Amino acid sequence: MFGYYLDLALRSLRRNKALTALMVLAIALGIGACMTTLTVLHVLSGDPIPGRSTQLYYPQLDPRDMDGYRPEDDPPAQVTWIDGMNLLHARRADRQALMTGGAVPIQPAQSAIEPFFEDARYTTADFFPMFDVPMLYGHAWNQADDEGSARVAVISRKLNDKLFQGKDSTGQTLLMNDVAFRIVGVLDSWRVTPHFYDLNNGSYSEDEGVYLPLTTAKDLKLARNGSTDCWGKGSDPDHMDTAPCVWLQLWVQLDTPAKVAAYKTFLVHYSQEQKTLGRFQRPPNVRLDDVMGWLDFNKVVPGDVRLQAWLALGFLLVCLVNTVGLMLAKFLRRSAELGVRRALGASRREVFMQLLVESGVIGLTGGVGGLLLALLGLWLVRKQPSDYAALAHLDLSMLAATFLLAVGATLLAGLLPAWRACQVTPALQLKSN
Amino acid sequence: MDVLPILSTLRRHKITALLVVLEIALTCAIVCNAVFLISQRLERMQMTSGIAEHELVQIQAFGIGKPDDARAHTQEDLAALRQIPGVKSVALVNEVPFTNSSWNSSIKLDPKQKLPTLNATQYFGEDLLSTFGAKLVAGRNFNPDEYLEFRQVQRDETLQKKVTGVIITRALGEKLWPGQSALGKPIYLGDDSVRVIGVVEGLIRPSLFNGDDTAQWSMVFPLRMDTGNASRYVLRTAPKDRERVLAAAAATLRKANPHRIIQDKKTLDDIRGEFFQDDRAMAGLLAGVCIALLVVTALGIVGLGSFWVAQRRRTIGVRRALGATRRNILHYFQTENFLLATIGIALGMVLAYGINLFLMLHYELPRLPAYYFPVGAVVLWLIGQAAVLGPAMRAAAVPPVVATRSV
Repeated sequence: MFGYYLDLALRSLRRNKALTALMVLAIALGIGACMTTLTVLHVLSGDPIPGRSTQLYYPQLDPRDMDGYRPEDDPPAQVTWIDGMNLLHARRADRQALMTGGAVPIQPAQSAIEPFFEDARYTTADFFPMFDVPMLYGHAWNQADDEGSARVAVISRKLNDKLFQGKDSTGQTLLMNDVAFRIVGVLDSWRVTPHFYDLNNGSYSEDEGVYLPLTTAKDLKLARNGSTDCWGKGSDPDHMDTAPCVWLQLWVQLDTPAKVAAYKTFLVHYSQEQKTLGRFQRPPNVRLDDVMGWLDFNKVVPGDVRLQAWLALGFLLVCLVNTVGLMLAKFLRRSAELGVRRALGASRREVFMQLLVESGVIGLTGGVGGLLLALLGLWLVRKQPSDYAALAHLDLSMLAATFLLAVGATLLAGLLPAWRACQVTPALQLKSN
Repeated sequence: MDVLPILSTLRRHKITALLVVLEIALTCAIVCNAVFLISQRLERMQMTSGIAEHELVQIQAFGIGKPDDARAHTQEDLAALRQIPGVKSVALVNEVPFTNSSWNSSIKLDPKQKLPTLNATQYFGEDLLSTFGAKLVAGRNFNPDEYLEFRQVQRDETLQKKVTGVIITRALGEKLWPGQSALGKPIYLGDDSVRVIGVVEGLIRPSLFNGDDTAQWSMVFPLRMDTGNASRYVLRTAPKDRERVLAAAAATLRKANPHRIIQDKKTLDDIRGEFFQDDRAMAGLLAGVCIALLVVTALGIVGLGSFWVAQRRRTIGVRRALGATRRNILHYFQTENFLLATIGIALGMVLAYGINLFLMLHYELPRLPAYYFPVGAVVLWLIGQAAVLGPAMRAAAVPPVVATRSV
């Protein structure tokens, strides 16, 4: 029966080409706009490090003086050098890494490439195992390198391609800011979206090209990129290790809920201890968010992207209302034909199915059109200047969602007209002819 | 035109009529808010800076390796840059408007105050005001002998007390001391106070991270930067010379010291353009959606109108045979559309107001101006009439003889 209904539907749709085109176009536009914006929203609000995100936590403390104190305020978004180092050396978590962003001048050995700046991450060794960073060649540095401020570097695959044409560069020397570093590792392609571990330089910025031990970067006074918040007296750039400034990010890995609770207690105890020592003045004020909690807290998804998704949903709604109206008019106009079918023995249910197949065909065609429009829309998004633009790609789950949305929405839209049309009384329709 | 027969006909097409009304209402609500959002974005892009934007270019220079005698290098750089033909003024500054890097400080009006009064940006750099072209409206500019080395001030707390004055924007003065002259009044940064010696008409702060309301909260201090703590050279020149001056400046800086990286050679117009690029993109997207919505709605009206005309061919024929003129038929469909549009618009206005309330709550948007409602109504009426014109004319063309034929 389905084949017959399909044939009837196609005939009916062909009979009024302009109208069919209008309905398909409306559905396609609505679906296309929706899929484009929802895909962008999906990409931007995704889990940056699936599988690990529930074990990674971001501790916050409040080391500030009483100036401007309000009990309801959140602790600063970063930590001081002293607290960072204390918590790092306490080793109360399964893993811990202290880090900050930076930029280093790279002086390539080849004279053909002019010196250029590369974004860098100055971090302690646990960064690599903790964030599951994939290595292409070599390995990361270890704790001894951290302690000895070793002149070692890990570089990204992209930088390795640029400087060493993709060959294994471990063991080679790289001159950065007039200092010779030994390359110990090369990362495989790696990008976390959002850039959760440091949101100061753009929530969707690309991952860094160079990774150096934090102590090395501090010894060499390498340039920092990021935010520095100071209070009280003195933000002497020569003594950032004692300055009353927060400028570092601390991440810890806590494998079980019990450990999370214990770590939070530890942070409160640490704050109390520092207050007794006179370093802290405020009552203990700590936070311990996991990755998704930290992203939520920072509201990383741009408001505009959410607004666009709402707008597209509204647009789809108008397109659907439009299609329902047109389908209803079309089905009702065929009352006579439907009346004949009913009189010849078709049940109300069969007529209903027949009309539903017709609306399904429109939905399917509209879905295909919507998918093409979504691909076009995402291509347009990628042309945009935003730093997340390059991320706008349709993945398999979104592809399936497009189709379900298109067909589901049109079938839903087809329900009302089909139900209304199959209510016709056969006798009345026959009589009027 | 008698409305009653139209209403009684519409009553027989309740669902279809309701759908048209719903479509017009949704379109009206979305388009009103989208147009409002566009106007907000365009207004933001027009934000005044208070500086001579079309005459400024920026170039960044970063030394490689340990900085030795940054002070002397800076003087060499500045002297060489001033030699470039067409350059009116040069300054090495800590921050530039419409970039995302900014230096800010909380300020108080009384050292005993518990919470800071507000947060304002701090501009440093010799000749900064004359280079930026910010207009002094009260007090005086800094004298050359007032400038202190930022390098020393940063490392020596006692020097911080020696800063002789601060120049602020009119907006900041008005915020701190409403209705009074800011001149001579003290501002506290930490425990040290500094007196306002001058007021400029405007000087926008970079990054606007505290919201657009605080855009003009800027302070300028008589502090001299050097290549060790600042990288942004700003040059002022005639608008037509900007590209040439930028190229010459890059060559000059490279020649003065080849051991450095020179980047971000841009005119301030370009920097401004990039700063507002997301707003521009959003406005474009909203405009696209508005047009698409109106087109879909108009086509929907055309489609439904055509159906109704085809469905009522016989009735129209009968009416024509009974003496109705073509004009009567035409008016019938136009009035019908007008009625549906009016109900839709009325519903749409309520919906538009609701969406606006939601946006005000979640996106800090102001209230929709009242004039949007009549303008929106007229636009939708016109679109409705234009869309129904085709089907209505076709209806008017139905000959009376149709009445005598069965089907």
